[in-house]
Amino acid sequence: MTDADASVAAALRAERGRILAGLIRRLGDFDLAEDALAEATCRALARWPREGVPSRPAAWLTLVARRHALDLVRHGRRYVHGDAALADLEAAVDEADDVVEHSIGDERLRLLFTCCHPSLAAPAQLALTLRTLGGLTTREIARALVEPEETTAQRIVRAKRKILEARIPYVVPDGDALQERLPAVLRVVYLTFAEGHAATGGAALVRDDLCVEAIRLARLLAVRFDGCAEVLGLHALLGLQHSRRAARLDGAGALVPLEEQDRARWDAQAIAAGREALTRALTLRSPGPYQIQAAIAERHAAAATAVDTDWVGIAALYAALLRHEPTPMVELNAAVAAAMARGPAAGLEWIANLERRGELAESHYLPAARADLLRRSGASAAAAAAYRDALRQCTNAVERAYLERRLAEVRTE
Amino acid sequence: MQYMILIYEDEQAWLALPEPARQSVMDAHMAYAERLVQAGVLRGGSELAPTTSATTLRARGGKVVQTDGPFAETREQLGGYYLIEVADLDEALQWARQCPSVERGSIEVRPLVHDSSGA
Repeated sequence: MTDADASVAAALRAERGRILAGLIRRLGDFDLAEDALAEATCRALARWPREGVPSRPAAWLTLVARRHALDLVRHGRRYVHGDAALADLEAAVDEADDVVEHSIGDERLRLLFTCCHPSLAAPAQLALTLRTLGGLTTREIARALVEPEETTAQRIVRAKRKILEARIPYVVPDGDALQERLPAVLRVVYLTFAEGHAATGGAALVRDDLCVEAIRLARLLAVRFDGCAEVLGLHALLGLQHSRRAARLDGAGALVPLEEQDRARWDAQAIAAGREALTRALTLRSPGPYQIQAAIAERHAAAATAVDTDWVGIAALYAALLRHEPTPMVELNAAVAAAMARGPAAGLEWIANLERRGELAESHYLPAARADLLRRSGASAAAAAAYRDALRQCTNAVERAYLERRLAEVRTE
Repeated sequence: MQYMILIYEDEQAWLALPEPARQSVMDAHMAYAERLVQAGVLRGGSELAPTTSATTLRARGGKVVQTDGPFAETREQLGGYYLIEVADLDEALQWARQCPSVERGSIEVRPLVHDSSGA
């Protein structure tokens, strides 16, 4: 890929979510909007490397996409559904371009709330969001949801059809409906970030573009709903997590664990912003899991070196998180934090308890955590066995490389 | 846009209900229907007679077979419906959740197929 191609690709990635959101609202049809944007993207890829990226790429893409959509409908190759009659479509195409620059935040929030409508099943909500706002392919989404590609494709098709047939409105709700629907929206934004933060499959651990899109959405939500503590908590959490991105992978793309990260490479500005959002959230005095997780991330960010980490505070925060979210994964993290605060034995006992209950049996995180604690307590042989267990279940190449490095370390001890 | 609010509930439990309790559910439905009328969204609706009164037909090989009873034995049965006309699904769900039977059984909201004129 040439530099020109790379800058074109970057411009397209950055603009995609918001353009699609605007197109879906204008055209009233997910598929038509996606097809039209795909065509506009093709034309951009053909022209921009030669002619340069236009000064307002989003406006350019939107206009080309709208015209293409209109062509498809005029030539009878596509129907417009519902209220979006041809006349509306024509009006939409002729509308001044600067509409693209207005209320863009609202467009994306509208799309987000529609994708996360409670009449759609939770996996469908996530799949549709990853597709429309995250720009992931069906294959990538299937990997994230750990299901066959065909299942994901079906989910997406059905969800789009239901939005159309049941006329799910394209709006950000307010009042009681908003309070009811926010948790699902926050969850999907969190999971979108999580998928970018630790891509489920493939060679790269981090999909920066996905993390950035999730943070943008969290920021839009935080601006719009600044009286909701958990919204601010989520925004703080994602910002704090993302502040470590430059230090998470080494030059060769290998995963660097938190304690070995070069803290000078943490993004101080992002940490400050995250801390500020967290402080504002806490003053609203309505605690919740995102705020607690943000507080944990903040404790890590506050430590100048790994040994300065406030593990006692973090263990207490995990205990609080476990009360809000009693899931095996949170419990595993609580166990690790307890081990760091009070010594490996406490954590190993807790992990053994999780194993006896058959929790996280499919996940590599459990044997990996056990292996790390055994390594810290000097039980090299047992640690090696646990690293091998973890490797048998881990599919991400970068995480595998980390586990293999640790395995080699304990074998040579 | 029109939506069916379909009421499913355990018919046996409904029939076993003492008369005063049944009457109070019926009163609640009357009041609900009245609110739908006031809002100008009601297009139809009724309680259905029990499934023991149902006859199911199937044509197989040109021959119509009639059977006594509902088309399927289920734990909850279709016991009534409202047909409403509102702007979108959110509005339909808003009405559906106020349906008195939501506490007794399940309410299914189904859009009618709409044409592209927006009717």
